[in-house]
Amino acid sequence: MPGFFSPFITKPDSVSQIMLKVLMALIPGIALYVWYFGPAILVSITLASLTALATEALMLRLRNRPVMPFLKDNSALLTGWLIALSIPPLAPWWLVVIGTAFAISVSKHLYGGLGNNPFNPAMIGYAVLIISFPVQMTQWLSPHGLGAIQLGFIDQLNYIFLGVFPEGIKLDALTMATPLDTLKTQLHLDGQIREILDMPIYGRLAGHGSEMVAAGFLLGGLYLLASRIISWHIPVVYLGTLFAVAGLFHLLDPAHYVEPLFHWFSGAAMIGAFFILTDPITSPSTHKGKLIFAAGAGLITYLIRAFGGFPDGMAFATLLMNICVPLIDAYTQPKVFGKKEQKP
Amino acid sequence: MRSLFKFHGGIHPATNKAQSNHKPIAQAALPSRLVIPLHQHVGNSAKPIVKAGQHVLKGQIIGAPEGHVSSAVHAPTSGLIAAIDMQPVAHPSGIPDLCITLIPDGHDEWSAREPCADWKALSHTDLRHRLRDAGVVGLGGAVFPSDMKLYSHKHQIKTLVLNGAECEPYITCDDLLMRERAAEILQGAEIMRALLYAEEVLIGIEDNKPEAIAAMRSAVLEGRHERMEVISVPTVYPGGGAKQLIRVLTGIEVAAGVRSTNLGVQCFNVGTAYSTWRAIRHGEALISRIVTVTGHVGQPQNFEALIGTPMDELVAQAGPLPDTRGYIMGGPMMGIRLPSAEVGVIKATNCLIAMSDSLFPPALPALPCIRCTRCVDVCPAELQPQELFWFAQSKNLLKAQEYHLFDCIECGACSYVCPSNIPLVEYYRFAKSEIWAQETSKKAADAARERHEYRELRIEREKQEKADKLAAKEKAALEAKALKSAAPLPPAVEGANVSLCDAPVDADPENTMQLKIQAAIDHAKQQAAVSKPENTEHLTPQQQAEIATIEARRARIRELALSSADEHTKE
Repeated sequence: MPGFFSPFITKPDSVSQIMLKVLMALIPGIALYVWYFGPAILVSITLASLTALATEALMLRLRNRPVMPFLKDNSALLTGWLIALSIPPLAPWWLVVIGTAFAISVSKHLYGGLGNNPFNPAMIGYAVLIISFPVQMTQWLSPHGLGAIQLGFIDQLNYIFLGVFPEGIKLDALTMATPLDTLKTQLHLDGQIREILDMPIYGRLAGHGSEMVAAGFLLGGLYLLASRIISWHIPVVYLGTLFAVAGLFHLLDPAHYVEPLFHWFSGAAMIGAFFILTDPITSPSTHKGKLIFAAGAGLITYLIRAFGGFPDGMAFATLLMNICVPLIDAYTQPKVFGKKEQKP
Repeated sequence: MRSLFKFHGGIHPATNKAQSNHKPIAQAALPSRLVIPLHQHVGNSAKPIVKAGQHVLKGQIIGAPEGHVSSAVHAPTSGLIAAIDMQPVAHPSGIPDLCITLIPDGHDEWSAREPCADWKALSHTDLRHRLRDAGVVGLGGAVFPSDMKLYSHKHQIKTLVLNGAECEPYITCDDLLMRERAAEILQGAEIMRALLYAEEVLIGIEDNKPEAIAAMRSAVLEGRHERMEVISVPTVYPGGGAKQLIRVLTGIEVAAGVRSTNLGVQCFNVGTAYSTWRAIRHGEALISRIVTVTGHVGQPQNFEALIGTPMDELVAQAGPLPDTRGYIMGGPMMGIRLPSAEVGVIKATNCLIAMSDSLFPPALPALPCIRCTRCVDVCPAELQPQELFWFAQSKNLLKAQEYHLFDCIECGACSYVCPSNIPLVEYYRFAKSEIWAQETSKKAADAARERHEYRELRIEREKQEKADKLAAKEKAALEAKALKSAAPLPPAVEGANVSLCDAPVDADPENTMQLKIQAAIDHAKQQAAVSKPENTEHLTPQQQAEIATIEARRARIRELALSSADEHTKE
């Protein structure tokens, strides 16, 4: 029965479809990930998806909420995918499971479930992991053609689930620091940007391979913009701020501050700009608020990358700006119809 | 080309107008009975001035306007008044209202009409009285008495906006009216312009009605109407809302609580302009209107239906289909679900939509708000619907008002786009009604407190007055006694606080006693005079009659109480 009160018609649109479109928009990035780094990421995504759905169902049951309608909204799935994409693919299985389970149970359901979480659950999951398991979280797979040895899919599975490698192979031979991490370390060793970027780990714009994955996320992000799932405010201002601040430092001291495009295509900048900061639940609802939120996140990301203790600042920038959302919303309420200064 | 303005937001639902706009307006058959509510307009209910059993003629006033804001109700055809009683009416609550039931005699015989060939010869006051007596109200849905809106000082109003936008899906009654009766609409607009001293007339029609636009444009040329322009406006819901249309045509934003006339604009529906012309030129009261019958019916069409026509009899002429699950009066965005299909057509009935599961699929269960702000993007009032929802849900009514709850026009655009299927408008209606209820009870409480405080004050004052009088008496008596006995006077006590206890100690005890007794007697006499019911003089015979009946009732109650007490004692 439709409602007894108007309106009697609704647009055929649902939370489930919105989340599904966001998941679809991640696929180009994931495809390029597999192309450059092998299929291990698919294992992480599968693990994260299953953990997310199981945790979601369990929490819904514990909270006496209907399970099926919420499982079908695809929001838990999205959280799982984002966590899987933000941690090293060749990692013990429990890493992604702990991160996902914590994100869904604590940062989502303990705050009231869908729509009520003040912090981005995926970024909470990531933050918990990087603080609790810093070693496992920094062992990233080297892209094809760069690592000393390539591991087959079966061998990868053996390591993920059982923690064993084929005879004579060690984890160090397979993994390396991320481009952002390497840059930071080399700069600490008094390296010059020009020399550092000549290292084989770097490609045309940023990290070899990872720059293409970032480009994949940019492509998916443009699809989200085109299909009006997200508005331009957050990605444009976030990337713009990151570019402007990085550009300023680069102009002042090109030997020690890398050029802005490097920042765009490294780390989580692209996926963050289009998929993480744009999470409607944890971002401001007013247009002006979105601009402030995104500019703040861009600035914090750069400050952490250039001066902070972590190689990437995306996750902490998101969480720090998430805290500010209620305040930003309260102070950026727009004037309503007829109550603006009229310009006839 | 005139440059148009935009309003924020809006939606583009399927218009569903093609079903009913290709056939001309049909005259609805004379129904078996007419159920005419006396409250069809904003303001006071009309007062019935006919009796059951009385024969009335078509156009005869059967409900007279009562008070300042009210409108007349007429017999839509000649016939017999069958009943004046409470009947279900076209209101979602299903609460019955006072209606006059008329059985048509089939002659359709007009009462004496007062046509006017040259309305310019009539005074503005006369024109307004004629409109009020003809029961002309806004036919766009607001049903506000038109005579009230057609009042203005010179140079106050620049623009008269005629609303032919018809933005709601399914409805085509204004479209057809404009196609078929354009000249008369424009004549009505001229009367309105004169009454308002308006300079220009802008007629806004959505661009999905090219035939109506063409018809109106050629009527403007043929009628040689000066400073009158038909403007094609973009099709976007709710572009036909008065505030939105005024914004699009003039750029002016009429904020909530502001009268558009203060900003130099007045707005009327095209149907109202047509009825104005019929009322002034032909002396015809508003006894029928165009109703679109559409949705789940075999032959969707527009009908000219008499006010009071039972909706089911009207639908019967459009080919009702099985599996009809109810009817919407108005459009699918802002219309109401009828409690029964037997209620009569009223002046606000622009459309009847038969509902079926395929046209109006069952609503999905609501999920939590994910703050996607699609509602913000479409809100024409530029509100933050997701915040209002949050405040309404948590009954944070103060905050809801701070976020401009009462600027919401309940257009339903937010509910339409909500991916979580939250019935947002219902939450706003709930919050508004809660606030109204609170305000009413607050007013009642304030009144009660005032009454109580006044009562306390009065009791205090009476006590004081009594004490004063007593003291004065005593003093007088003492003085008299002092004179008589020629004894030296005790020092005179100034002021009023002399009581029996303060009596001079050197006075004769016996005399004091007598004085006391005398004072008590006087006091009693005085009391008797005071406690006599006040305000019993200068009463009208009616009031006296009322008092008599009340007294009689009280006596009767006393008797009953006594007799029941007797019975109790017997048991």
